[in-house]
Amino acid sequence: MKLVHLIAFAILVLLASSSLMLGVAHFSLADILAGDPHAINILTTSRLPRLLAIMLAGAGLSVAGLVMQQIVQNRFAAPSTTGTIDWAMFGYMIALLLFADMSSWVHLLIIFGFSVIGTLLFIRFLQRLKFKNTVMVPLIGIMYGNVVSSMTTFIAYKYNLVQSLSSWTVANFASVLSGNYEFLYIALPTSLLAYYYANRFSAASIGESFAKNIGLNYQRIVMIGIILVAVLSSSVVMIVGMIPFLGLIVPNIVSLFIGDNMRRNLPWTAYTGVILVLACDILGRLIIFPYEIPISIIISILGGTIFIYLILRDKSNA
Amino acid sequence: MRDSLKLILLSMLAFAICALFVVKGLTLDNYQFFLSRRIPKILAIVLAAIAIASSSLIFQTITANRILTPSILGFDSLYVMIQVLLVAIFGGFSSIIIDTKINFLFSTATMTLCAMTLFHFYFKGRQRNIFTLLLIGIVLSSLFSSVTGFFTMVIDPDEFTFIENAMFASFNNINAELVYWCIIPLLLCATYLFRLANKLDVMWLGNENAKSLGVDTHKLTMKIMFIITLMVSISTALIGPVLFFGLIVVALTRQLFSHYQHRFLLLASAILSIVLLAGGQWIVENVFGFDTTISVIINFLGGGYFLFLLMKYKFD
Repeated sequence: MKLVHLIAFAILVLLASSSLMLGVAHFSLADILAGDPHAINILTTSRLPRLLAIMLAGAGLSVAGLVMQQIVQNRFAAPSTTGTIDWAMFGYMIALLLFADMSSWVHLLIIFGFSVIGTLLFIRFLQRLKFKNTVMVPLIGIMYGNVVSSMTTFIAYKYNLVQSLSSWTVANFASVLSGNYEFLYIALPTSLLAYYYANRFSAASIGESFAKNIGLNYQRIVMIGIILVAVLSSSVVMIVGMIPFLGLIVPNIVSLFIGDNMRRNLPWTAYTGVILVLACDILGRLIIFPYEIPISIIISILGGTIFIYLILRDKSNA
Repeated sequence: MRDSLKLILLSMLAFAICALFVVKGLTLDNYQFFLSRRIPKILAIVLAAIAIASSSLIFQTITANRILTPSILGFDSLYVMIQVLLVAIFGGFSSIIIDTKINFLFSTATMTLCAMTLFHFYFKGRQRNIFTLLLIGIVLSSLFSSVTGFFTMVIDPDEFTFIENAMFASFNNINAELVYWCIIPLLLCATYLFRLANKLDVMWLGNENAKSLGVDTHKLTMKIMFIITLMVSISTALIGPVLFFGLIVVALTRQLFSHYQHRFLLLASAILSIVLLAGGQWIVENVFGFDTTISVIINFLGGGYFLFLLMKYKFD
């Protein structure tokens, strides 16, 4: 196990340092150590914030996906397949339309409110239906998300915001500078909280009656899960945009390798999310250097492929 | 009300809407300009409406279900992706891209090839659960759109602006030359479908039954798939992808009419489709004053209806 940790750490350091070095403006490690103000400026206002934003968003969304899987009891459940992200986008739109001059905290609160309500609606609905078939949840969830996002587009058309809307939805880390990404730090305490509740989520994922039998308040655990997921997704949607499929594929990849114990999976899920987003971001910056391809496009090509593989692999649906 | 009476009323309605589209605000001074803009537009809507309705209807027949349509399974986005890939491979200035006819022929040929492969992937081999198919279709369709997005970013910006109009069709951006070129293949497809209608009726009884009644189901499926591909290419080239429209039209046709014969259903769904698409576009232009697009409305209503269908399917 020690060796695995070492390799994992080495990969992270390698990717992180290449992310720091990659860009139009050049500087070397020697410049930083020599105290060159220009190099330090580039590092602290652009490169380092970008790296941190990538790590926080990648870890946050992946953890959100893991929590969602447990509370919906479905391995294809994630913020992007349960309407959470689409409701967050809707909330963002409303926040910018009606409360444009308020502080960003108000915006975050509104986005959070919409995503909690939207997700809660969906989960209550699922609890009433009790599907046997695993693919039904993502299928209905994606459709639900589509309906919500067509409402968002409708409002965007009404207020001439279509172009801004597309720049908000397309996730891109290029615009991250120090001073505009700090909301993402919310992912840290939230993920720790998710870790704290991990065993209870695992119990809830076995089923309502089991959870009740061992003395847990099932509905309260589900509610806590929804709140955690909504906090993680709304901060990412507000700062970065929509990163499709990330929350879905990362927990599944991790559980392919190390099973389903949530307390053990959670750190690895966060780690894999970071690595995946970091690698895709570097790729997006390299393909048409010095321009960039938004990370959402790269992730959705990769994520879509992996998602289809996961569906086909799922023997119970054959 | 009898089915034939309903059909007659519906065709009158379709005709009235189309007429409304063409003649509104027409005067002796401006008719030349207005007609030159409006006739291709209404023609494009009518042709696309027919293509979408018929292709969705026969797709449901050969796949024996009531919720799958070619666009939900990603065939529309496949066409758009092929267009962008062609530009990426051949460059924006080659005749394959610029010449409308050659472009249409070439991309339809490529599309047929890809669509056949996709169809094979969906329906051959292991018999898959219909919900799994739907989910794969939706994910694939978003995958195709992402690949499209990727290549539009990678393409040289100069080339991109040059080909943008040809590539991304919409209701307000209709390629007039292409419209007239689509009439012939669409007519051929429709006639051919009418000739196959009897076999399709048998096919609707189920694959096994059709076989025992002497229909070569494999051959029929291949023929129909070819026609569907052509029709999807035509409608997407004319007005772009409209995800749920085919689903709504076919489901409404089955609700409105109690017929099971394809000859009748093909005709009825085509007319209903014209009413809905042209009527919807008219409402968008006149009631909403272009404040929205018809695809937003279709996505909203169609998505809701699709959810409803899924529930119903599940509990039946």
